[in-house]
Amino acid sequence: MATNQLPLAKKDARLYMAFMYVTYTALLVGGLMGLLQTLARSGKYTLPFNINYYTILTVHGVILGLVLTTFFIIGFQFSLMEKTVGISDKQRKVAWLSFWVMVTGTIMAAITILIGEASVLYTFYAPLRAHPAFYFGLAFVIIGSWIAAFVNFRQLYVWKKAHKGQKSPLLAFMVTINMLMWFIATIGVATSVIIQFIPWSLGYAETINVLLSRTLFWYFGHPLVYFWLLPAYMAWYAIIPKIIGGKLFSDPLARLAFILLLLFSIPVGFHHQLTEPGIDPTWKFIQVVLTFMVIIPSLMTAFSIFATFEITGRKKGYKSLFGWFKKLPWKDVRFLAPFIGMAAFIPGGAGGIVNASHQMNALVHNTIWITGHFHLTAATTVILTFFGITYWLVPHLTGRRLTPRLNKLGIIQTFVWTVGMTIMSGAMHIQGLLGGPRRSNFSEYAGGEQVATWINYQIAQTVGGTILFIGILLMVYIFIQLTFFAPRGVEEFPIAEEEKNAEPTPKILENWYLWIGITIALILFAYTIPVFDILKHSPPGSPPFDWPIGRG
Amino acid sequence: MHLHKYEKIWLIFGMASLVLFLLIIGFAAFWKGTHPQSHIETIDPQNVEAHDAFKPENLGIREVADGKYIVNIVASAFNYDFGKDKEGNAIKTIRVPKGSTVLYQITTKDVVHGFQVAGTNVNMMVEPGHISRYETVMKNTGEFTVVCNEYCGIGHHQMFGTVEVYE
Amino acid sequence: MGKENPKQHQPSLHESTHSLKGTFIAVMLLGIFILVAWFGFYALFLSR
Repeated sequence: MATNQLPLAKKDARLYMAFMYVTYTALLVGGLMGLLQTLARSGKYTLPFNINYYTILTVHGVILGLVLTTFFIIGFQFSLMEKTVGISDKQRKVAWLSFWVMVTGTIMAAITILIGEASVLYTFYAPLRAHPAFYFGLAFVIIGSWIAAFVNFRQLYVWKKAHKGQKSPLLAFMVTINMLMWFIATIGVATSVIIQFIPWSLGYAETINVLLSRTLFWYFGHPLVYFWLLPAYMAWYAIIPKIIGGKLFSDPLARLAFILLLLFSIPVGFHHQLTEPGIDPTWKFIQVVLTFMVIIPSLMTAFSIFATFEITGRKKGYKSLFGWFKKLPWKDVRFLAPFIGMAAFIPGGAGGIVNASHQMNALVHNTIWITGHFHLTAATTVILTFFGITYWLVPHLTGRRLTPRLNKLGIIQTFVWTVGMTIMSGAMHIQGLLGGPRRSNFSEYAGGEQVATWINYQIAQTVGGTILFIGILLMVYIFIQLTFFAPRGVEEFPIAEEEKNAEPTPKILENWYLWIGITIALILFAYTIPVFDILKHSPPGSPPFDWPIGRG
Repeated sequence: MHLHKYEKIWLIFGMASLVLFLLIIGFAAFWKGTHPQSHIETIDPQNVEAHDAFKPENLGIREVADGKYIVNIVASAFNYDFGKDKEGNAIKTIRVPKGSTVLYQITTKDVVHGFQVAGTNVNMMVEPGHISRYETVMKNTGEFTVVCNEYCGIGHHQMFGTVEVYE
Repeated sequence: MGKENPKQHQPSLHESTHSLKGTFIAVMLLGIFILVAWFGFYALFLSR
């Protein structure tokens, strides 16, 4: 793994940086929309230029939830694949194709949203009808990501053929799992977009089956969040140990965790639909059970992370019970930012269990608690880990160094984010428990004490959101520095190695036929009968509605 | 594959906790009948008045037995129709005595809506073509805001009502 | 925090790499947090 120190060839670095440019542009634009939302919701400001609240809400969700994440993940994963299994000229060309297809889709969707023709939020909301360009744009983003997935599969395949009998590099294995999950999951939303939304939005189909569209969306919607989380787990398992000066805790256990995540991330979409009227409650409960299964690999991950910290510390000679913890490299932002992300996953994960608990979901469903929840998991756990990766990945790609000054700025950024998010997400959680709804512009409703309390928490969210926006500006500044201005040098691409005497990895963990087979079997088990029921008992379809979203 | 002794204990503890949660919610759902709302009853969204419960004269609150009420509501962008009072004005507040059992029945004429009596467990998705139902005991007194908590368009936040639970 | 573990005074390298007492305590605290949180929210759900 000595190649980790070597900078990448310019032509490769350019590809990965292209994904990073989109990522950080999306962060700035999406973050600004978030700031405007919290300002509007305080009731103290009105949006300028007659901008509609729900337009910026749609931009915020699409650009951060779909664009930022997908671009960062695919770019980062390409870099991991190159470092572990390599990339050929032809593969690089196809990778560029994936990039441009995704960019085309993003631009199409973004323009449609910005001119107010697609204020349907990123969960679509049939029978609200957006302009067809919105659905086409999203379809392109998905198709582009599929091209990337198949390049990744090909990269591993070529390596395996050249290294008969060897186990695949851990990170390449993890990338493959994530892209497999993504591919299987996006088939659902692509089906819905291509078969339902596009013909209906163009007027070829008169009505749409709303419940089916929602079910297909959520079949994709939950693995989507795991698609964000898995790259963070990649960094926690296989990169953080190197940064703190340790080794992998266990290669086979890391692989097992990823396999379990593949198996149980998909057949669980009903836990987003627990309060919907048209789904048999028994099937809802079955998917709740499957949802609880997907918690297990995260329990394994928690152990593995602490164990990595403890073993590394003990090797350095810290003997007391928690001495190893105090001596972690707190002043290294490449560690600190992802660490805060890990810490945020404790309340985030616990909240997730509450959300998925069948009837208890009524406590929080569609309240702003949910928004608070995914601002902990996605917008803290995942994003701070992505920031943590950026601090070394970008200078590695641009042939620069993370200077002590930029490291310090990064630590301040992490601190700002932590404070801002604690205030904003905390206020959202509490307001949600008090019944405050999500996805809503400022409103005094019928007035009264309850609503007055909500508004106080919304003001707290404005404070948190403003602090977070400062964090975003700081991060974009750091990104620009690392890209264009930091001094030339070599920044390490940290990939952890196994202990010399590590136990061998069982071959079965790389039996792709087996794991894909079980994944499909679980999906068929969880979805066949309920989807058949939905089709059989479907009500008259819904014609499109344009006026509620302000389309003329 | 080797699992450290402590990791085994941890995973057993963790999985046992998950099983415990599932047993509790499973028992409540299957034996006590507290499933989240799922009635699988369909309706023509273009003609909701064809259903008895959603005829204009049947909207709003009705006492069906001692301490038992039914509230029928038709949602549409951006309004909840709780029926009209004697003067012909739209009802915006539903009043029930504390401890009464209330069955909320709601459907939509157009797009997807939410129906939450904020601060209670009444929290349902309302989808075109389906009837949403939830029966609960109103245990606590107070004024509870009814909010549409599922995005339904640019007037989403103007869709509300009130449930007042009195002593 | 910081309490010396008497058993760990003279560990061999191998032993020291496999002492995961701190890890165990940390994850169990995490588990207890999850349990307490879940039951807390379930109680709130039941009270409504």
